[in-house]
Amino acid sequence: MSRIDVMKTYKLYINGAFPRSESGRVYGLKDAKGSFIANPCWASRKDLRDAVVAARAAFGGWSNATAYNRGQVLYRIAEVMQGRAAQFADEIVAQEGLTPKQALAQVEEAIDLMVWYAGWTDKISSLAGAANPVSGPFHNFTTPEPIGVVGTFIDAKPSLTSLVGSVAAIIASGNTAVVIASEKFPLTAITFAEVCATSDVPAGVINVLTGKTPELVGWMGSHMDVDAVDASGLNSKQLTELKIAGADNLKRIHSFKSAKSPERILAFVEYKTVWQTVGI
Amino acid sequence: MTEFEYAPALESTSILNLQSDYNLFINGKYVPAKTGKRFPTINPATGEAIANVAYADLADVNAAVAAARTAYQKVWSKMPAAERGKYLFRIARILQERAREFAVLETLDNGKPIRESRDTDIPLAAAHFFYHAGWADKLDYAGLGANPKAHGVVGQIIPWNFPMLMLAWKVAPALAAGNTVVLKPAETTPLTALLFAEVCQQAGLPAGVVNIVTGDGVTGTHIVSHPGVDKIAFTGSTGVGKAIARAVAATKKSVTLELGGKAANIVYDDAAIDEAVEGIVNGIFFNQGHVCCAGSRLLVQENIQDEVIEKLKRRMALIRVGNPLDKNTDLGAINSAEQLSRITELTSTGDAEGAERWSAPCDLPSKGYWYAPTIFTGVSQTHRIAREEIFGPVLSVLTFRTPAEAIEKANNTPYGLSAGIWSEKGSKVLWTANKLRAGVIWTNTFNKFDPASPFGGYKESGWGREGGRHGLAAYLKGGKN
Repeated sequence: MSRIDVMKTYKLYINGAFPRSESGRVYGLKDAKGSFIANPCWASRKDLRDAVVAARAAFGGWSNATAYNRGQVLYRIAEVMQGRAAQFADEIVAQEGLTPKQALAQVEEAIDLMVWYAGWTDKISSLAGAANPVSGPFHNFTTPEPIGVVGTFIDAKPSLTSLVGSVAAIIASGNTAVVIASEKFPLTAITFAEVCATSDVPAGVINVLTGKTPELVGWMGSHMDVDAVDASGLNSKQLTELKIAGADNLKRIHSFKSAKSPERILAFVEYKTVWQTVGI
Repeated sequence: MTEFEYAPALESTSILNLQSDYNLFINGKYVPAKTGKRFPTINPATGEAIANVAYADLADVNAAVAAARTAYQKVWSKMPAAERGKYLFRIARILQERAREFAVLETLDNGKPIRESRDTDIPLAAAHFFYHAGWADKLDYAGLGANPKAHGVVGQIIPWNFPMLMLAWKVAPALAAGNTVVLKPAETTPLTALLFAEVCQQAGLPAGVVNIVTGDGVTGTHIVSHPGVDKIAFTGSTGVGKAIARAVAATKKSVTLELGGKAANIVYDDAAIDEAVEGIVNGIFFNQGHVCCAGSRLLVQENIQDEVIEKLKRRMALIRVGNPLDKNTDLGAINSAEQLSRITELTSTGDAEGAERWSAPCDLPSKGYWYAPTIFTGVSQTHRIAREEIFGPVLSVLTFRTPAEAIEKANNTPYGLSAGIWSEKGSKVLWTANKLRAGVIWTNTFNKFDPASPFGGYKESGWGREGGRHGLAAYLKGGKN
């Protein structure tokens, strides 16, 4: 008789821990062939709020970490992802219906993408900052700073590269992230959370929720402590809902086509200009 | 001791060629509003009407947008970039040539002291055109990769506090990037924008590249919701900014917003106190405090509070309030009756909530709209005068004991436009600058502006920057992402 597999319980990832949804809800997930594969958590508004609290608490430390340090933490994520490559590939095969070879190619692309963003952390300021030649006795410089807490709705396909492209770009500059996994393909996001938990990412810097996207769009939009949202995974109706709700605190809301672009990093920074008086 | 009084030193208005009626500027020509409707623009220093201005309705906005679209498609987007830049250089030069006329008109319509319109507003407006003129043929280096594209037709809505300067902040980068413009000046300060239209004519700017529609908030909503407008640039209140964000939520319009502020001006006990007092005065009383980035919350270290307040009061007693056209005037008129009542209402909550009011002893003119320079001490963070933008010559004073407390209080606001830091210790200044969540930070100075320097806020102070490479980028679309 063949061995019975140990099935995995897919949970949320908030503040470095793996709680179930406070609502007690799960939703059954089927694979590409229609067989049951898991019961991911169906996150509630309260779970989202908990994740924002964790992300806000983590922002001070993460945004003040040196760019070199953040780069190493991102690189470390890539290292641990490499060790989990087979698991990611299995989940992609089950979820997205790709061949094992195609799935592995996506995993490798995602790992390389994480390495690419790791290299950006200590170059953003040089690229996007400026010393401005103002008329007067002032040293005037502009530097990019992280915006704060950034929510993100992950595109369904390709689930892992979409996730990595969004999250890595958000945290590279020092933001913290509240990730809403793709409703259809959430498994890679939770495994990614396990990677974060076992690498050097401080608790709260990345938080991952699974659940029903339409239910969470409005709550993300109206949350006054979310500063910005990557809306790449939303359809146009959801995007409008997010923007209307997000106007209450003037959330910066952006969507992207490519997973690999410095524009993704630059969309979630604020520019600070300091006029330093020169004189004796 | 003999006191020497200043003799009046009035700037003459004879340089102006004032008309009784002003028209809209659409497609290179001055045209009346289709309804024929007009509204008066008031000199706030006297309360008397200066002229009647055309009121643009939807039909007029439609005409302006259509003219801008045609000019964009047929002329402006096809013109070599270097030629586009040369028009901007021309405009900058004509503004310099006619600077005195603009300054006098601005002071008449707005109520700001001629010293400020002459030395700040108009020279900076010309500088903005000169700066952006040079960008027109260098857009490949603006940070968006090669061949960035203009948006097309840009709708721009500007406030009444720096009418001509805000026009320059909006129009110069928009044109340099290759867009055409429909601009609405503020209801209470339309005249310099209409004079600017004449500059466009003198510069030979192709018809329709700049269109100016005067009106009120309703005119503004016609621009914001117009399907032919590709991008909105707005400077004004945070409330209207949020309404614009909602109004365009279902569209692909790009938006930049420069909104309100409640800037902390932090004075540490190791500051050069006399310089800091000058900076506090400049921070809140410049332009009657009608400044979104005004240093309206003074955060003074507790152990020097008495000394700073005493010196501040002595200095405030020397502020000359009166006729804005007098070259000795420091503080001019409040821009409108409406704004004066807003200031009066909000400051009365300061009294009611227990803060202590002190106003400089000064004789206010009997006609027009005036408010004496005022400070409130004993202000706590929950007071409305510590949280809401007063937009007048009113300073709220709070204290702190440690640098960490200063940061905590400074950042305790939904706004994040600007801040000031006063200290003679360089490392402490930069430590503080790093911790403040604000887009513009002045250290041992305040209210400095330059076309090369990006300006704009964090949080509810807006979206995007104006000025510098970062401001220009808002008027361009990158090819990727």
